[in-house]
Amino acid sequence: MFILIVGCGRVGSSVARSMLSEGHEVSCLDEDPESHARLEVGLDKGWEDLGGQFTVGAGLETDALVAAGIERADAFIASTDGDNTNIIIAQIAQQRYHVPTVIARILDPLRAEWYERQGMHTVCPTRVAIDMLEGAVREGAPRSQGPSDGAAEAA
Amino acid sequence: MYIIVVGAGKVGWNLARELLEKEHEVTVIESNRRRYLTVEQELEHNVSYGDASELWVLERAGIERADMVIAVTGDDEDNMLICQVARQKYEVERIIARVNNPRNKPHFDLLGIKPSVSATDLILRLLEHEVPEYGLVHLLDLQEEQLEIIEMLLGKDSGVTGRRVGDLEMPEGSLLISVLRNGKGFVPVADTVLEVGDEVLAVLDPGHEEQLKEMFGPSGGNGSGNGSG
Repeated sequence: MFILIVGCGRVGSSVARSMLSEGHEVSCLDEDPESHARLEVGLDKGWEDLGGQFTVGAGLETDALVAAGIERADAFIASTDGDNTNIIIAQIAQQRYHVPTVIARILDPLRAEWYERQGMHTVCPTRVAIDMLEGAVREGAPRSQGPSDGAAEAA
Repeated sequence: MYIIVVGAGKVGWNLARELLEKEHEVTVIESNRRRYLTVEQELEHNVSYGDASELWVLERAGIERADMVIAVTGDDEDNMLICQVARQKYEVERIIARVNNPRNKPHFDLLGIKPSVSATDLILRLLEHEVPEYGLVHLLDLQEEQLEIIEMLLGKDSGVTGRRVGDLEMPEGSLLISVLRNGKGFVPVADTVLEVGDEVLAVLDPGHEEQLKEMFGPSGGNGSGNGSG
């Protein structure tokens, strides 16, 4: 599979490394040239030496998307730090370049929920965090009561 | 009308002023706290602080009852997103989006965000109007309605000067609506004879431009010293 990842932050770069190690072809696009270094964290070889691609440019720039290989991408991941950017470029990938699998990272749960309902494949880390925290609190509630009860009794 | 303007930059602020003067109900949404406080001194309750790409901020501003949303922030992604949710989620009837980078214009079109306005386009249009060798000037494009109005200046070499309007074989789907002569405009009748230096206005279905250009324009080189007339 050829995977194009736009936005090479902590999330984008980690996904890029795992996909590459699983044998996929991976291309990253980021407007910050420095983000290339993040791709190589924990690797003993250079990103390009391992077969990865890296292009400097913004996700809205058609030229940059094409240079990064959007026309032959099987999967497209929008993981820049801007929700609106991710939402817009995901639609461009889908509607203009007809990439079969398009996933957008959206931090705002409300926007994520609405676009999900419009048929966009979204991942909302905030939603995941909310669910996990709520779960942890519910699970942990009796446990945390324990010691404080004990403390009260001891007093 | 109730109009929501997103972005209180120079464009948004002045737009709000004009709209308020025309007695519309207006809310401007600005996400920069400092800018908000500045604008608030003048616009008072007509400006609201928040990031309009957050749905609850739009809802707080009453987007459900808005007749129009105008997104004029300095960020094209934000303008696209705000207009998209305004139209598709909140069913706002009219939207206008500002295009900051003209290279993003195809994205606005792809996502159906119309009309979108870019300063570069406007200046180009003005340039066409000011510089006659362009021959044909777009005065108005109504994309949805499939109509446009163009202006043409009749030069010395124009094939239609000296002819009666009634004798012209206008392409189907086009109509001569006005003639500007010596600074005055009038509606031509069949007996009107076109003169060198006339500026003619035509309304037409898109796609007939070339035919009209051929018919009204000079056969040879453009800008043949017809200047200001």
